[in-house]
Amino acid sequence: MNLPEELKYTKSHEWVSYLPDGSAKIGLTDFAQKELGDIVFVNLPQEGDSVEAGAAFADVESVKAVSDVYCPVTGTVQAVNEELLDAPEQLNKAPYESWMVRVGDISKTEELLSAGEYLTFLSGKEGD
Amino acid sequence: MNLIFEESRAGRGCTILPACDVPETALPQQFARKAPLRLPQLSENDLSRHYSALAKRSFGVNDGFYPLGSCTMKYNPKINEEMAALPGFTEIHPLQPAHTAQGCLKVLHLAEKFLCEITGMDEMVFQPAAGAHGEYTGLLLIKAWHHSRGDQKRTKIIVPDSAHGTNPASAAMAGYTIVNIPSGPDGCVDLEALKKAVGDDTAGLMLTNPNTLGLFDKNILQITQIVHEAGGLCFYDGANLNAVVGVARPGDMGFDVIHLNLHKTFSTPHGGGGPGGAAVGCKSSLAPFLPVPRVAEHDGKFYLDDNRPQSIGSVKSFYGNFLVIVRALTYLLTLGKEGVPQVAENAVLNANYLMALLKKRYQVAYDVPCMHEFVLSLQDLKDSCGVTAMDVAKSMQDLEMHPPTMYFPLIVHEALMIEPTETESKETLDRAAEALLELYEKALANPEAMHRAPERRVIGRPDEVEAARHPVVKYEYDS
Repeated sequence: MNLPEELKYTKSHEWVSYLPDGSAKIGLTDFAQKELGDIVFVNLPQEGDSVEAGAAFADVESVKAVSDVYCPVTGTVQAVNEELLDAPEQLNKAPYESWMVRVGDISKTEELLSAGEYLTFLSGKEGD
Repeated sequence: MNLIFEESRAGRGCTILPACDVPETALPQQFARKAPLRLPQLSENDLSRHYSALAKRSFGVNDGFYPLGSCTMKYNPKINEEMAALPGFTEIHPLQPAHTAQGCLKVLHLAEKFLCEITGMDEMVFQPAAGAHGEYTGLLLIKAWHHSRGDQKRTKIIVPDSAHGTNPASAAMAGYTIVNIPSGPDGCVDLEALKKAVGDDTAGLMLTNPNTLGLFDKNILQITQIVHEAGGLCFYDGANLNAVVGVARPGDMGFDVIHLNLHKTFSTPHGGGGPGGAAVGCKSSLAPFLPVPRVAEHDGKFYLDDNRPQSIGSVKSFYGNFLVIVRALTYLLTLGKEGVPQVAENAVLNANYLMALLKKRYQVAYDVPCMHEFVLSLQDLKDSCGVTAMDVAKSMQDLEMHPPTMYFPLIVHEALMIEPTETESKETLDRAAEALLELYEKALANPEAMHRAPERRVIGRPDEVEAARHPVVKYEYDS
């Protein structure tokens, strides 16, 4: 399982990367992209949108289904990775390079897991 | 097989349209095309053969077992078609005076009366074009009701995670924010999660009961009560009505608005067989907001009532897809009052019988008696030999069966959702079970062969990823 140590993780399978200015990049974990299968479409918010911790901020469509992507933080969208709109397969190919949004003005954060804790959480899920 | 465009030869044509019997008139110049439309040019014979060839490649309810979960692919009785072809129903114009279309209006009136009785609603309309359009219309009624009370703050619709995918989509279309709530370990709505989710911003709840796991939610009265006490309304998605039709009524469960998929429970054609049709019913408190025109009766005469000042307006031209309603009414009249509950009883019996047979090898997602459908989880099979739900579904095509619904509901891994319906015989169910049990053994013995299936169909495994990422939806002419 590919789980970079420097990232934080959520139980709903997003990763969070804090930048020096306090903003956070958010994307889908390797586990999430494998579970979803080939992603064919992604719906992203717009720059300036407010996002809320625990609420859906984007959705990804795979051959199997459309799934919500949940925001681990409350704040404002400062940047959107628009490359994903034309190349959603990047989420499968390079999940940790394919950030979806960068959120700033963060006022609230959900409980986040370290790589080790997320791995433990995932092994608990196996056999579900 | 060639595309119809490739069969085209300049100058060929056919005369399947009747001669024009009214004076011709030209379009205003600014709306007229500059060049003629490039349509394929074929003789009637070639055209007819082209569509016959396409029909042979397809698989419908008349070709074999079609256990597509949540779709209620029951047999569509031919008498429905006979009635829908009667000239009194076909040789009419939507704008002709009501006194010359009394029979048609009576159809709408009777269908409304019967379906209100079956569902426990007070009024019903047939204007929406199909299921999701019916959901959308129902949500507009909920919105109109709140607004009429001066309550503008209700912006959220609660949707359980076992709901149909169309529910959140329809709610979003109607301008609502969706609040997803998880199912409990028993597959039913988690009451505590529901209590936490409701509030003074709750416009309503969308629920299908039995749910997409084929389970009747035993807490249904509490669920609708919790939503009502928070000031919200309850919308019943009629997709799974076949399990309870004539036995339990959504109106008695506490629902305020419902939509019915006439092409599921009431045996009108699905998709390619003709246009869809949805009924939207509601309790009398919401009736002032229903789309117009409404069919009304006075002294035994039917007329169209437009005088509903609080109506949300029309959601489709005229009266909806009228001949679909003729078919649904024919079905109800054929069954009669005693026949309707037998539909549900046999649908539930068939599903439980098939589930019991398949349980010999397959893992059932929720191992309790089911309603009209049940969900298998093929996760164990995938773990042991790499054969997926997709592989099993594709293998069924080689055995002259339509695959079940796959990978839905999302809360079950490697899901196959099976709904046999009441119109299948015991022999058909026995054969289907035998075939599926053989596939299980084949998967363990020869997984590679399962990955290749289907091998006896015209199309094997289309590249779904490429099709979704780069769809080609338009024919490109060479010149």
